[in-house]
Amino acid sequence: MTIHVPTSPAFKDNAHEALRDPALQRALGNVESGFIAKRRKAADKLPEFEALRDAARDIKNHTLAHLDLYLEAYEKRVTEAGGHVHFAPTADDARKVVIDICKRVGAKTIAKGKSMISEEIDLNGHLEAAGVTPVETDLGEYIIQLRGERPSHIVAPVIHLNRDQIEENFRAAHEGLPDDRDLSAPESLLAEARAMLRKKFLAADVGMTGANFLVAETGTSIIVTNEGNGDLSQTLPKVHIVLASIEKLVPTLDDVSQMLRVLARSATGQDITVYTTFSTGPRREADVDGPGEYHVILLDNGRSSMLGGEFREMLRCIRCAACMNHCPVYHAVGGHAYGWVYPGPMGSVLSPSLIGVDKAGHLPNASTFCGRCESVCPVRIPLPKLMRNWREKEFERHLSPATVRSGLRFWSFFARRPGLYRFATRVGMRALALAGRSKGRFASLPLAGGWTGSRDFAAPQGDTFQAQWRARAKR
Amino acid sequence: MVHTHEPRPRVGLFATCLVDLIRPSIGFAAAKLIEESGCEVVVPSQTCCGQPAFNSGDRATARALALQAIDAFQGVDYVVAPSGSCAGQLKKHYPELFAGEPDLARRAEAFSGKVHELVSFLVDVRGMSAVKARFDGAVTYHDSCAGLRELGIKTQPRKLLDSVEGLSVCEMKDPDVCCGFGGTFSVKYGEISDAIVSKKVDNISASNAPTLLAGDLGCLMNMAGKLQRLGRPVKARHVAEVLAGMGDEPAIGEPARR
Repeated sequence: MTIHVPTSPAFKDNAHEALRDPALQRALGNVESGFIAKRRKAADKLPEFEALRDAARDIKNHTLAHLDLYLEAYEKRVTEAGGHVHFAPTADDARKVVIDICKRVGAKTIAKGKSMISEEIDLNGHLEAAGVTPVETDLGEYIIQLRGERPSHIVAPVIHLNRDQIEENFRAAHEGLPDDRDLSAPESLLAEARAMLRKKFLAADVGMTGANFLVAETGTSIIVTNEGNGDLSQTLPKVHIVLASIEKLVPTLDDVSQMLRVLARSATGQDITVYTTFSTGPRREADVDGPGEYHVILLDNGRSSMLGGEFREMLRCIRCAACMNHCPVYHAVGGHAYGWVYPGPMGSVLSPSLIGVDKAGHLPNASTFCGRCESVCPVRIPLPKLMRNWREKEFERHLSPATVRSGLRFWSFFARRPGLYRFATRVGMRALALAGRSKGRFASLPLAGGWTGSRDFAAPQGDTFQAQWRARAKR
Repeated sequence: MVHTHEPRPRVGLFATCLVDLIRPSIGFAAAKLIEESGCEVVVPSQTCCGQPAFNSGDRATARALALQAIDAFQGVDYVVAPSGSCAGQLKKHYPELFAGEPDLARRAEAFSGKVHELVSFLVDVRGMSAVKARFDGAVTYHDSCAGLRELGIKTQPRKLLDSVEGLSVCEMKDPDVCCGFGGTFSVKYGEISDAIVSKKVDNISASNAPTLLAGDLGCLMNMAGKLQRLGRPVKARHVAEVLAGMGDEPAIGEPARR
């Protein structure tokens, strides 16, 4: 049993390791080559894509402004359809609901579709501790479960792995897999996993899925997948549990149809995912299949307190991963370095809210603010601005490193006194220019090791611009 | 571009602290270009736009420096900076710093309305479509992030570069991807910054252009510093220097000729 502890405080060490991991670096190449061009192509094909992003933002903003009403309406509809809604204020509450259901129905295994909320509440470790075996049925999640890892990406959980590593895991874990069986194509890996999983679907007592959207007007939960595993997870077992967070709500099916148009395009560059599955309540008398029980667990876990604050816009996020797909920092270090469930720019804003800025403070700082994340976000979350908000909170709470604080204080003392600044910089730059005159640059500089460890630093040309300009004006 | 019958607009040149301290030739190039666009140039006493404080969460210092700059540049028609990043701070982020304080916000908004990045000022505001300059050889142009994504600067520098005699532009792969500078990020997360700039300089080298141009000195120092550490022969210059016909200055990080 593994209970995961955030390693976000060690972000720098994690990043250091990641940068020196050749297999990881090889795998990360796929992020840049895979997602970016596909999203661009899908967006370019749809003339109204930018307008749809506005609409998606507005739908989420509207829902968040009236979330209490939509949650009530949703609960009412689910109940009318014969399902049960469980509000879970904390991760612990959500886990307890799942485990209680499993115990009540005597479940030994639970077939799971992909769910980041399950990762957020670290469900698998707790299920095992309670004697229930979780079976991840999404191919990527299945692989990381074999490896005892966490997803490194919210859409493509094993983007940090290469095919040969996965083949190795399968050969070690799958009994009866002949040595000469060719697993060199991704399709053959999928077929192998599918054969293993098929038996487990049939044996599972409880099925669990996440939700991409919850529809208030109908009480419907919606998942988008490309493998069909979610459908089997929720229709074969006798109990279906939907595990979702409260901000997944949207008012109507019309709204969902707009959201779906931006989600897949932003995530994988598909016009629409292979499966878009709607489920509303348990099996009805006339239905040929479906679960006997239908439960929805709505996790808050700090989100309602984000609603009234400066991070509210983060609750628009629809987990498409476009931000991390376009992030140069994510490309460099991968998802695990971030040290908790949500990597990349969206994680750098969300994680401090969920596990505390004292633990996750590195994340919003480890950004160049290049703004590419915001430029592709389907719901236009101003991610750099929200990361900067965290930096302000850190600074206010004196959590920023002492070297940063004293450096800033020293610099701002001069920057706020233009006369003194002009004098001091003039003296300083002349000296530095003299020291760097022969080479034109420095290979090392005191206090600048973070820079000169890997780059030269250009020497100043000589006198400052302001001094030279004034000297010319006098002539 | 001659505006003889109307009074010449007064442009306050916000040199940016890096140009002021490290590479004044960019300031002179900017002044020359602004004058050629039919404006008068003044250089009010200045320090820094405050972005390092703003991005480090030190809002109080960022606000103080913003007010200092707004005061210093009173009485000019335009505020022009040879940097997309600093211009973005002045134009986009100053108003944010005073949101909810109507009096100060109004001043920040009025100031913001006058601010332009140099090359977009020349092209979009002054209608410049060509420069009188010569630079022999191929260049590759890096789109710095803030200029590109906060201010929409992409075509303007290329348009003016096309008019430089003897110059051709060889686009690199991913010119719009961050070079890894990110201000204090480059020092605080030096290893990650290095990984990002390493990819960038590979793309620069693969363009086969012997000269790298960009509109932000911070990014240029980062890329030049990496190119030089790796012993790559590419020379880095600010786009303003080439547009102003001052492309014979020693390149960034290169020694003065004696």
